[in-house]
Amino acid sequence: MASSDTADHPEPTRRDFLYIATGGVVVVGAALIAWPLIDQMNPDAAALALAQVDVDVSSVKPGESLIVKWRGKPVVVRQRTDKEITEAKAVNLSELRDQNARNANLPDSATATDANRSTPGKEAWFVMIQICTHLGCVPLGQQGNYDGWFCPCHGSQYDTAGRIRQGPAPQNMAIPLYKFTSDTTIRIG
Amino acid sequence: MKLAATIFTAAALCALPALAQDAAAPAASAPADQAAPAAAPAATQQAVPPPATEQTTTAAPAASAPQVSQPTEFPIKKPGLQKWSFAGPFGRFDTAQLQRGYQVYKEVCSNCHSMKYMAFRNLGQEGGPHFAADEVAALAASVQVTDGPNDAGDMFQRPGKPSDHFPSPFADTQAAAAANGGAPPPDLSVMAKARGVERGVLWAVVDFFTQYQEGGPDYIHALLTGFQDPPAGVTVPEGTYYNPYFLNAASTHMPPPFKDGLVAYTDGAPQTIDQYARDVSSFLMWTAEPHLVERKRIGFEVIIFLVVFAGLMYFTKKRVWEKVAH
Amino acid sequence: MAGTSSYQPTNPVAKWIEVRLPIFGFIHSSFVAFPTPRNLNYWWNFGAILTFMLGAQIVTGIILAMHYTPNADLAMSSVESIMRDVNYGWLMRYLHSNGASLFFFAVYVHILRGLYYGSYKEPREILWILGVIIFLLMIAAAFMGYVLPWGQMSFWGATVITNLFTAIPLVGNSVTTWLWGGFSVDNPTLNRFYSLHYLLPFMIAGVVALHIWALHVPGNGNPVGVDVKSSQDTVPFHPYYTIKDVFGLSVFLILFAWLVFYIPNYLGDPDNYVAANPLQTPAHIVPEWYLLPFYAILRAIPNKLVGVLALFGAIAIVAFVPWLDTSRVRSSTFRPIYRQFFWIFVITGLGLGYLGSQPPEGGYVIAARILTIYYFAHFLIVMPVVGLLERPKPLPTSITEAVLAKNAAKA
Repeated sequence: MASSDTADHPEPTRRDFLYIATGGVVVVGAALIAWPLIDQMNPDAAALALAQVDVDVSSVKPGESLIVKWRGKPVVVRQRTDKEITEAKAVNLSELRDQNARNANLPDSATATDANRSTPGKEAWFVMIQICTHLGCVPLGQQGNYDGWFCPCHGSQYDTAGRIRQGPAPQNMAIPLYKFTSDTTIRIG
Repeated sequence: MKLAATIFTAAALCALPALAQDAAAPAASAPADQAAPAAAPAATQQAVPPPATEQTTTAAPAASAPQVSQPTEFPIKKPGLQKWSFAGPFGRFDTAQLQRGYQVYKEVCSNCHSMKYMAFRNLGQEGGPHFAADEVAALAASVQVTDGPNDAGDMFQRPGKPSDHFPSPFADTQAAAAANGGAPPPDLSVMAKARGVERGVLWAVVDFFTQYQEGGPDYIHALLTGFQDPPAGVTVPEGTYYNPYFLNAASTHMPPPFKDGLVAYTDGAPQTIDQYARDVSSFLMWTAEPHLVERKRIGFEVIIFLVVFAGLMYFTKKRVWEKVAH
Repeated sequence: MAGTSSYQPTNPVAKWIEVRLPIFGFIHSSFVAFPTPRNLNYWWNFGAILTFMLGAQIVTGIILAMHYTPNADLAMSSVESIMRDVNYGWLMRYLHSNGASLFFFAVYVHILRGLYYGSYKEPREILWILGVIIFLLMIAAAFMGYVLPWGQMSFWGATVITNLFTAIPLVGNSVTTWLWGGFSVDNPTLNRFYSLHYLLPFMIAGVVALHIWALHVPGNGNPVGVDVKSSQDTVPFHPYYTIKDVFGLSVFLILFAWLVFYIPNYLGDPDNYVAANPLQTPAHIVPEWYLLPFYAILRAIPNKLVGVLALFGAIAIVAFVPWLDTSRVRSSTFRPIYRQFFWIFVITGLGLGYLGSQPPEGGYVIAARILTIYYFAHFLIVMPVVGLLERPKPLPTSITEAVLAKNAAKA
């Protein structure tokens, strides 16, 4: 067993330009290698291609809902009744736990008025990701104390504009990016 | 060392015949190759191949060994090597050529050949045909795809979307075979990588440095332009078409797919069999390797990086070791 | 020789860990202070290169496993999806397939280094045998990995090689059915090959750890084959060999990049881009290049069972080299006669590789038989006989003496 003897083997510890340059190149190289190894776990091109779904809503009459799968999640497309619309409009913002519109079509700061939760110019048409913001269960439609959605998992209650009114959920259910591409077709995503 | 040299020379002399066997095959077909492409357009212009007894005016059969018996080694002729825009370290696809190639695939080949790994959205990719988004949507919508089951439990047809894969012309392999004399037309998605050119050991060494990876497109181009009358003494089964470039036999079940003017190009490119073959071969290279351009670009950057890094490491190593006898 | 370390870390957290699990001392004595002969040449870089390649294959392999589906109907589609849709999927796939080739290239250089310099000689016999075990595990892992894309070569290569087991007398057919999980290579075979392909690299890593441990008992061999006599003969592993290994690796990576980015299908077979068809055999079934010499030996022998025994024997015989070579001198630098046979052996290996890629007809068969005979003769006749009869050149008394003599000659 021999340990190094500094008299025989001078340690080259001088920090000179060559070592710093080499070390720098190693760090850059490591980062350049690391990126593809990490990025490969991001959604691939096939998953990104399914990011949009076109829905034919011609069969949805007032008071009816249609549920579509979008990015693996249930999205409800509902033509609300006049009663549901009136109830939604009557709610004061100050009564809401979550005053944010949570609408991907609007700026982040938009407030949760019914107008900001429904389709501009077609206020009966209501599109929403039907996933409870508490722990991710799918709430049941047209149930609960607010005529909106009721989540059986832990008792969260949403109103006719999908806003949280009672129960443990912290936020209103989210509105995805969508638009009417014709009178009878909605493109989600 | 003398002993080793003697034994090595003896071994090399034994090996020479084997190597010569490889070298002879391309040499024998070389004069034939030069004659064949010129003859091929004349031969393939006919919609129906002439009866086997008719002589054509091509020099090709005469230039190769007089074939008085049925050939047993395939391909009978090796493909000629073509120039491709995507060859070499800085190769890239010609966008216009890929668009024409897609048009050829769609109008001619897709009637029999599926391309199941391609989706319409791929047609909009950079480094590829790079169609605009609305063109991609229109191309998708111009075909019908099967979807379903619907709420009644039935499958139905609907216009394609960019996320759909290219539909297959046949429901399954058996239907494809039944419609094509027992031979199902193969899927073309990776055909440009599923074929190659056998060049022998010596060329293999050269190819390592010249980066020859275009054996697939060379083969496909040769096959598509290679339909011709069989030479005297060679017969092919009824319903097949003689092609000396075909990998497995003297003839294919596929009829010559092209004739001059068959596909109407809108960009002024020549509407000849050779051009169609070139364009569709390039397109098939892209469908097989859609990331080719990106791969070569990153490769250039990586190799420059590694050369710089190796250089720095070399000097670092020298510096570390300079005071130590070794 | 690494024994109990006197290394004390300065950092208080490191000190706390060191008392409970002396990992810092272990790393220090094995890979920092470890006395390594000062005269190692670049042929000694390949151990570190191999360690890197094992890591690279494991990393790229685990990533591919996130996207691959081991089902006969879906495997090829999942590989195509990796190539087309997964971000940098094409890069991961080509790194893994070409990485396997370079892994074998490095292992052949490493083994030939060992044969030339007598690295297998006493007291390094177990080190050598562990190496043969690693080589066998690599071959098994590579064979199973090649089946996974489920192309024509995947399927038919698997069929040919698993059919070898039918050569076993009495139980051959049962064993082969058991391997297949059916009556031919099919989905059950693919699934179990996937499981084992994922497992084997970790077994390789374990045997590599034993291999490095076995090396560290006597320490590295060196090009003159003379034992270390004093600390004059050695330098600490860090920074001398850490830096030299990184340099060697960076050159090796240029070769790797050349393959992956410019000629990624050069070493592969186009037939494997055709989907597996149990009803149609390709015209020529050819394994990957690194298995060709053994394939040539298998086909050279007309009898099925003897051919199989020759195939496995060709690998197994390497384990016996420490006892077959009778020379008292390690390094071929001082063995002028044996050195020539070494190069004939290398040419034989290359020749067998070439013959493995050709159809087994005519002159190719005769040549393969001649070279197979030489292959076994090299181990069974040349090594014992030349070792006994040869008069080696005089050895230097120490490594330092050899280094000083070489530098004096250069000056």
